[in-house]
Amino acid sequence: MEPVKNTKDRIVWHKACHVEDIPEDGGGCALIEGKQIAIFNFARRGEWFATDNQCPHRQQMAVARGMIGSQDGEPKVACPFHKKTFSLQTGQCLNDDAYRINTFPVMVRENQVYVGL
Amino acid sequence: MREQNTTNIIVIGNGMVGYKFCEKLLSKQKNDLVFSITVFGEEPRPAYDRVHLSEFFAGKTGDDLTMASMDWYSKNGIRLFLSDPVVDINRQEKLVRSHHGHIVHYDYLIMATGSGAFVPSIPGVEKDGVFVYRTIEDLELIQSYARKAKNGAVLGGGLLGLEAAKALLDLGLQQAHVVEFAPRLMPRQIDDAGSKMLQNQLEGLGLNIHLLKSTQEIKGGDTIEGMQFADGSFLEVDMLVISAGIRPRDELAKIAGLETHPRGGIVVDNMLTTSDPNIFAIGECALAHHMIYGLIAPGYEMAEVVATYLTGGTKEFLPFDMSTKLKLIGTDVASFGDPFIEEPACKTIRYENKAKGVYKRINVSIDGKELLGGILVGDAEQYNMLLQTCKSKTILPPDSEDLILGSRGGEEASAATSVGGVMSLPDDALICSCEAVTKGMICQEVSENGHTTIDAIKKCCKAGTGCGGCLPMVKDIIQGVLKQNGVYVKNIICEHFDYSRQELLDLVKINGIRTYNGVLNHFGHGDGCEVCKPLVGSLLASLWNENILQKDRAPIQDSNDRYLANIQKGGTYSVVPRIPGGEITPEKLIVIGQVAQRYGLYTKITGGQRIDLFGAHLNDLPAIWEQLIAVGFESGHAYGKSLRTVKSCVGSTWCRFGVQDSVSFAIEVEDRYKGLRSPHKLKSAVSGCVRECAEAQSKDFGIIATEKGWNLYVCGNGGSKPQHAQLIATDVDKETCIRLIDRFLMFYIKTADPLTRTATWLNKMEGGINYLKAVVVDDVLGIGEELEKNMQALIEVYKCEWKEVVESPELRKRFSHFVNAPIKDPNIEFETMRDQKKAKEWV
Ligand code: SRM
Ligand SMILES: Cc1cc2nc3c(=O)[nH]c(=O)nc-3n(C[C@H](O)[C@H](O)[C@H](O)COP(=O)(O)OP(=O)(O)OC[C@H]3O[C@@H](n4cnc5c(N)ncnc54)[C@H](O)[C@@H]3O)c2cc1C
Ligand code: SF4
Ligand code: FES
Repeated sequence: MEPVKNTKDRIVWHKACHVEDIPEDGGGCALIEGKQIAIFNFARRGEWFATDNQCPHRQQMAVARGMIGSQDGEPKVACPFHKKTFSLQTGQCLNDDAYRINTFPVMVRENQVYVGL
Repeated sequence: MREQNTTNIIVIGNGMVGYKFCEKLLSKQKNDLVFSITVFGEEPRPAYDRVHLSEFFAGKTGDDLTMASMDWYSKNGIRLFLSDPVVDINRQEKLVRSHHGHIVHYDYLIMATGSGAFVPSIPGVEKDGVFVYRTIEDLELIQSYARKAKNGAVLGGGLLGLEAAKALLDLGLQQAHVVEFAPRLMPRQIDDAGSKMLQNQLEGLGLNIHLLKSTQEIKGGDTIEGMQFADGSFLEVDMLVISAGIRPRDELAKIAGLETHPRGGIVVDNMLTTSDPNIFAIGECALAHHMIYGLIAPGYEMAEVVATYLTGGTKEFLPFDMSTKLKLIGTDVASFGDPFIEEPACKTIRYENKAKGVYKRINVSIDGKELLGGILVGDAEQYNMLLQTCKSKTILPPDSEDLILGSRGGEEASAATSVGGVMSLPDDALICSCEAVTKGMICQEVSENGHTTIDAIKKCCKAGTGCGGCLPMVKDIIQGVLKQNGVYVKNIICEHFDYSRQELLDLVKINGIRTYNGVLNHFGHGDGCEVCKPLVGSLLASLWNENILQKDRAPIQDSNDRYLANIQKGGTYSVVPRIPGGEITPEKLIVIGQVAQRYGLYTKITGGQRIDLFGAHLNDLPAIWEQLIAVGFESGHAYGKSLRTVKSCVGSTWCRFGVQDSVSFAIEVEDRYKGLRSPHKLKSAVSGCVRECAEAQSKDFGIIATEKGWNLYVCGNGGSKPQHAQLIATDVDKETCIRLIDRFLMFYIKTADPLTRTATWLNKMEGGINYLKAVVVDDVLGIGEELEKNMQALIEVYKCEWKEVVESPELRKRFSHFVNAPIKDPNIEFETMRDQKKAKEWV
């Protein structure tokens, strides 16, 4: 799989987990440098995404437990608490302009998932 | 750069109307007009929804109520100064000066200073424990004071006063009193008879109402101890909320020498211009058409008029309709048009039902053709229709009493408010009065711009974004227009499936598909979403009853189903073992206690005759269930859209009135349908005699014992819109009863829309209960046997899904917060309460 193109200048890749730790078309949460990072294996699209695990709406640590899907082709995740949905590409909340989450690049090498922070 | 073209606008007051003005001005701004907007607000936070202020006590935070975040202002180039009231206006130089010393120049000045609570000059109002009810800060003070208070009173029985009184009850005061000077409650909205009915309802809920009381003095030392009335009586209270009306904030206007009214209010003309042509006043501080409009809709309309003017258009502020509908402690109250006009100037029709607490009055023109106004207490379901009929001067039917009496049965009720009703209104009928959107505007958005969902309508014309009361009508209009345009209206699931739930269920069944990706590949497109995923998950479970977490099904389940537990505030979960019929052995009770102790769980008896253990960490769930399952517990499916509980009363085994063994039957029914996935949750109950201690008539299906057998009721509902179940079979034996329930449930599973309880399903069904009975009992469709077979097949493959998880290392692995660390979520925090724990409040 190709590493996701990164736009930031300096990225440090952190080993997060094995591929099979994240269910296909689902997510899981990894602890990286003391930060909770949600990782999604969007198998249907053959893409991986990573975002904050914390939802900015009520500061709940649960984005990784949300359902993923698409809206007009844009990949997104819905927070399980109140179903705010966030673009997996930009982190922008799609049903409330006031919120956004951070997104991070993901790289998969030899069955290992790496997240760039 | 383009200095000369920039118009400087200053808005004084960042309340609801001041905010709305900014929003409207920005949306009307054209390329050749550049506004530089500065807003001064006296309160410490950006504008919030004052109309729903009381929801603060129901747990909403200041943030929830905020109209737009600070980001919104900065993104739109608005300079916002908070906690910084304007203290002076220099009209010659066109400058304002704020408390913190900012001096800013304006071309146009908008006064949106709102109003404050009117505090009458009764001796003692300055004492501790006396409050007003206007801002979030007021509510915070009330909330903290209420913790140590026992008896509270509200001075004023108007709309706001009653709302404040409800708040006192909600805050846990032992007694809440309402003291009103007038002979009736809500004197500006309803008549004596309506007030009496309302009073009965409110007293039934624990409010003490005192009418015709003039308060002479507030007694006590530094702190309030009671209220002394002019008639010599005394009321002991330790807190008082004053809600005796509003006082327009015109003090700054006075300093600036603008014309104000002796009784308060900045005088404006039809264009909202004050006595200075460069200064406008809008909202609750403005006196237009000789009155202060103390409601939000006219305030928004004023904002619209001024924003239109400043962007080159023309619009006038016309006398505004003051119709209102509100819910007071669960009682609807509404008045519209001219509620008080009396005979002989009109014909008045009154309907009163003391038992149900309903009072309705309509005033019809002498020739019987026009609706002039009316009052509704206890049931305001017809408010929207009546208001529209009144405003658009629709010609009335010959029997105008049908307007309020027409809906006597369930079926007719839905017919009266049906699509035909809305579609017969004229185009200029105002549907959303908060945002001034007419029926014609919505129709146009639907048929010309293709906005055919509620969300799309909200976005394109803002209808329904205020109080939300018009949403049912908006929905009907969308459907009506589509139908008129010859579009076959189908409830499609979402952008990924062009089918209704029923159609998809049939397709999946005929093709024998058992995975989500299978369904999406065959019948859908795109990647799915949070709407279609759980829906397909539920279909697959209803059809095949396989473990919902196996194959590719785990990540498509809704939050609760995904981890077979209900997610809680903070991210922990609850555990609810099944306790069929509410019957439990002491041994099992002990194990529940041990589990709760070991994992530190908050323990509570639920309203469904079983026990809920709250606050379990995701990582602990499998171990907790392992211990419960070891002594014979099974999943209670409290997380699923599936059978919850079958409540029972003790019945003939112990009860002196019982005629049948209701507990045994309840257990049998619960064991039969446990784990059955359906469009929404299912609840049932079995009572041992007509006294109905198990409340079977409030359930999706309920059974009541008779001397000769059992009576079966269906489609009852508790929740926010309670509805009684209806009788479909009398004196049947157990086997027949079960057969009918099999058919009923399977028919529901096959035909209901997603997330529709049985009561709503029935209300939408053409032919209503008679049709349902014909299908289930008389088998007019000839599908009875097939439905029974389908049900039997599901029952045979039932397995406790928690047991499967506990026994499968693969599934167990998923119950872990981190994929790369064996620890629990370190962010979860608890607080203690009454010797147990509770989730920490949201931040
Ligand atoms: C625990 C309990 C309250 C209690 O402490 O007593 C409860 C708790 C919840 N109820 Fe309830 N309801 C509970 C009895 C009821 C009852 C009373 C009853 O069943 O006798 C009702 C009214 C009866 C009815 O359903 O017709 C009730 C009407 C609702 C509704 C409104 C349903 C409706 O048709 O309008 C919801 C919301 C929903 O399902 O969409 C709801 C939803 C919820 C949820 C699941 C909210 C959620 O999605 O997180 C609560 C989660 C509990 C948890 O985290 O474990 N709960 N809920 C009761 C559990 C009973 C049980 O043993 O399973
Ligand atoms: C509890 C409650 C319930 C209500 N329920 C309903 C309802 O159900 N339906 C309905 O239609 N209406 C209801 N209302 C009325 C509705 O909230 C008001 O009509 C609306 O808020 C008026 O908006 P406004 O912007 O004119 O005034 P406000 O929202 O009061 O805003 C005015 C703002 O200006 C600020 N201000 C004043 N002077 C200055 C100054 N010199 N400099 C800077 N800032 C200043 C004030 O601090 C305030 O923040 C309710 C009101 C309350 C309090
Ligand atoms: S319903 Fe009848 S049998 Fe059951 S407890 Fe009440 S009185 Fe007794
Ligand atoms: S906490 Fe995420 S949507 Fe509310």
